[in-house]
Amino acid sequence: MENRKKELDKNLFRPADRTEEQSDVIARKSTTLLQDAVRSLRKNVFFMISLFLLLVIVLMSIFAPVASDYTYKEQDLNRSLMGPRIPVLEDISFLGLDGTQTKTFNGNNVQAAEMKANLQFDNQEEFITFETVSEGDGSPNSAEVKATYDKYAAKGVEDEYFYFGTDRLGRDVWTRVWDGTRVSLLIAFAAAIIDLVIGVAYGGIAAYYGGRVDNYMMRFLEVIIGIPNLVVVILMILILDPGIWAIIIALTITGWTSMARIVRGEVLKLKGHEFVLAARTLGAPNRKIIARHLVPNVMGLIIVNTMFSIPSAIFFEAFLSFIGLGLPSPAASLGTLINDGFKTLLTTPSLLVFPAVLISVLMIVFNILGDGLRDAFDPKMRK
Amino acid sequence: MAYTLFSIGDYYQIMANFATTNLGGAHVARFIGQRIIYMIITLFLIATISFVLMKLLPGSPLANADKLTEAQQEVIFEKYGLNDPIPVQYVNYLGGLVQGDLGISFKYDNRPVSDILSDRIGPSAQLGIQALIIGTVAGILLGLVSAIYHNGITDYLSTIIAVLGTSIPSFVFAGLLQFFVAVKWGILPVATWNGFEYSILPTIALAIFPMATCARFMRTEMIEVLNEDYITTARAKGLAGSAIIFKHGIRNALIPLITILGPLAVGLLTGTLVIEQIFSVPGIGEQFVTSVTSNDFPIIMGTTMFFAVVFIVMILIIDILYGLIDPRIRLSGKD
Amino acid sequence: MKKDNILEVNDLKVSFKTHSGEVQAVRGVSFDLKKGETLAIVGESGSGKSVTTKALMGLLPQPHGFVKEGSILFDDKDITKLKEKNMQAIRGKEMAMIFQDPMTSLNPTMKVGTQIMEGLLKHQNLGKEEAKIKAIELMNLVQIPNPESRMKQYPHQFSGGMRQRVVIAMALACNPRVLIADEPTTALDVTIQAQILELMKDIQKKVDTSIIFITHDLGVVANVADRVAVMYAGKIVEIGTVDEVFYNPKHPYTWGLLGSMPTLESDEEELFAIPGTPPDLIAPPKGDAFAARNKFALEIDFVEQPPMFKVSDTHYAATWLLHEDAPKVEPPESVKKRIESMDHSEEATR
Repeated sequence: MENRKKELDKNLFRPADRTEEQSDVIARKSTTLLQDAVRSLRKNVFFMISLFLLLVIVLMSIFAPVASDYTYKEQDLNRSLMGPRIPVLEDISFLGLDGTQTKTFNGNNVQAAEMKANLQFDNQEEFITFETVSEGDGSPNSAEVKATYDKYAAKGVEDEYFYFGTDRLGRDVWTRVWDGTRVSLLIAFAAAIIDLVIGVAYGGIAAYYGGRVDNYMMRFLEVIIGIPNLVVVILMILILDPGIWAIIIALTITGWTSMARIVRGEVLKLKGHEFVLAARTLGAPNRKIIARHLVPNVMGLIIVNTMFSIPSAIFFEAFLSFIGLGLPSPAASLGTLINDGFKTLLTTPSLLVFPAVLISVLMIVFNILGDGLRDAFDPKMRK
Repeated sequence: MAYTLFSIGDYYQIMANFATTNLGGAHVARFIGQRIIYMIITLFLIATISFVLMKLLPGSPLANADKLTEAQQEVIFEKYGLNDPIPVQYVNYLGGLVQGDLGISFKYDNRPVSDILSDRIGPSAQLGIQALIIGTVAGILLGLVSAIYHNGITDYLSTIIAVLGTSIPSFVFAGLLQFFVAVKWGILPVATWNGFEYSILPTIALAIFPMATCARFMRTEMIEVLNEDYITTARAKGLAGSAIIFKHGIRNALIPLITILGPLAVGLLTGTLVIEQIFSVPGIGEQFVTSVTSNDFPIIMGTTMFFAVVFIVMILIIDILYGLIDPRIRLSGKD
Repeated sequence: MKKDNILEVNDLKVSFKTHSGEVQAVRGVSFDLKKGETLAIVGESGSGKSVTTKALMGLLPQPHGFVKEGSILFDDKDITKLKEKNMQAIRGKEMAMIFQDPMTSLNPTMKVGTQIMEGLLKHQNLGKEEAKIKAIELMNLVQIPNPESRMKQYPHQFSGGMRQRVVIAMALACNPRVLIADEPTTALDVTIQAQILELMKDIQKKVDTSIIFITHDLGVVANVADRVAVMYAGKIVEIGTVDEVFYNPKHPYTWGLLGSMPTLESDEEELFAIPGTPPDLIAPPKGDAFAARNKFALEIDFVEQPPMFKVSDTHYAATWLLHEDAPKVEPPESVKKRIESMDHSEEATR
């Protein structure tokens, strides 16, 4: 210590003259809530992947049916239940996307098993290739034969490509799946936006006016919340003509309540905050307080809540279709497609697989997006 | 998300408000009283809407009316009370509901809806209870492990399971289970109802959503609890990690879980509609879906009414249970 | 370790990992604690005083907080190097802690008696009945009326002051040699604050333990402490006996603290406020961390960190103003007056 003291320049020991300017310098660059949220979302790998997937699905649902050679309702019983066949991928045998159907058959001997295969595959023996797995010893079902049936060739439609195959009525599943996805997304987005508008307006008005208005509005809300969602939805569907709008209305009639509660709670909380009180005392007009202070702070919550209401609507649409209260035939939605798929689960599982995978991916993607947004907008979660 | 009829957030918020408002013993009584009043208003509202719809909707007990003579039709109208003025019918309907009379089916030999429901409640209840128990227990364990090994590989895995479980609809799981476990591998029966092993697949399909939800909820709750000041106090006493988790952590994290049990149980009821259909389980849900396709409105309305009562009573019981278990609410407010 | 020292902290550095970078919460703190004395650590929030004590107890929030450098000697052992298991044997037994907010530091769903008994059962090899008797004794010691029935109640049935007594009873359970009180009165009403302070002074006489008392309230310091350490931006800027620091403060930050303390007599004189905000500890300034807010800053304050200058055997301060080349600077008039008036009021109470 003593040595170092001597090295120091004596000039340094005069009063510094920069206190004023230095004292108020804020050390770290401040970031707004939105900038912070965007930055943390960019870092969230799952969020970005989900965003990308959602974009792909939305684009496919818009353009795939348009670009397709078939329409969602075009029937042709002659080509029903064709297997999935996709150009290029059909040459990669293990993917099973070459349009052929393979199944094993058992019989007392090879011949009996092959007979069974013929029966199953439209008696088109020339288009069936057999592979004997086990010769059998004459005892019941000891012989096993693996039969591969080229239905495209049998029906003389080698030039056609049904990417996801066809359903029982010979409709192109590829077109129907993407069309159905578009319908499901449409229902979900519409329901979410209507929920948002009603919920924000209701909650905002209740919280803004407060007092007796708020009290009555909240009592009413509590009664509505008490009515089970399912009950209302079923009742609504029964009185409305089945269709997209019936489902949207049924979903929104109870859906807005959670948004209303959230918005009201947040606005009430903010109303009591110092910065809003301060703005008031300074004489800022109400319009400005709402635009400057309330909206930006409530925005995050609204976005997150909407993001969660979309998968919930997608699910509910599928659920309604499943219990027979969904879209009437031939309209396709993910729900009706899955419902149809279950009918042929044992013979043609691919009809269930494609819409089921799509709805699952959509639900997962929206939930991850919602989770990501919530974490990004909730300062409590940020460290 | 998927199966909840009441949003979990809503109920949690109500309970949270409940927990933080100043409550004495009298307040608890008042709270319960208030909830019962709401329950009655809600049920009355639903009943009224159902009645109006019944009058608006097509279909009557005279499904084969043209084959009947005028006199025969008159007898049936008299039997169903359809000759009375509408207000009288309304009062009779409400009176019937109070006594558990949910109307008479148009089909099924004109049997009372309540009989049909009581015939079919067994399988539905068994599925629901099995799924609720398996789902919550597995979910709690998963969530706990996840929270304790926070940010580790276990946490990572169980978070993935939870995201998949809450996102993927139960009918997709049902399809997967049915196709692989039953059809492909032949381990368990494909469908119908003929003993315990028939209930395994539908139970699993139903249990996945409550399991995933519980796991997520338990994880956040436990992580939050482990960051509480009283956990630091416990550490400052020199307690070992396991003692802190078991004595101070789990109990405090479990109490709020009660709030989501209501919505979860309600969600299971909805789930049975679909799952019973897929596995051909002769329960209320399967009956409901069949009735929808055959336009048997009294059964649809009666079942809806029944669901409404079950939902609302279940939520009420859980509200009260929560009040009884949390000592903060049990005796007085949070200061 | 010196003979009458119970605890020695040498150049302790504690950091936290965050998204924005490493926060250097404690940047080289050294002090010792003598047997039976009360050392107060004062400073603004964020000055690192709480983090220092958390490090002493091995209670740094995991996995973000860690001891980066330095040592904490207790019983000739460096406890920063101890395994968690061995640390558990010290926590609650040799060293105990009283927390700031009695509203949140008790488990809301566990009976108060059980919470007091936990430490006893863990460290003292007592049976359940013995532990119960000891718990009642402790509750008597901290003056909780009707301990037998109060034991069976839950924390929410206690008032804030009573809860803090419970927390103190828990801390005292195993007769710790070091008791760390982290702002134990901040969250309480003023009248209750006084009661709790009296109780702590009283208890110290009875159980003969060394106390580290964290606070930002200089009034509390004058009341309870033997020595004071003033912390700023993760460093101790001045340390000495209460008399030395209060009546002969050397560091401009201490002047600021004393000057910003309102007294009853301060009717016409203005408060001496410290302008600005504490520095960002992710990227601490190169020179003296206080320089930017310091009216009396020298050029060198922006270049070089000041070492600890010795004022007396017990009094040290880290300011270049004590360097032989520095101009003679007197504390501002208002602070001087404040010190004088403190002197008078002190005499008046005696």
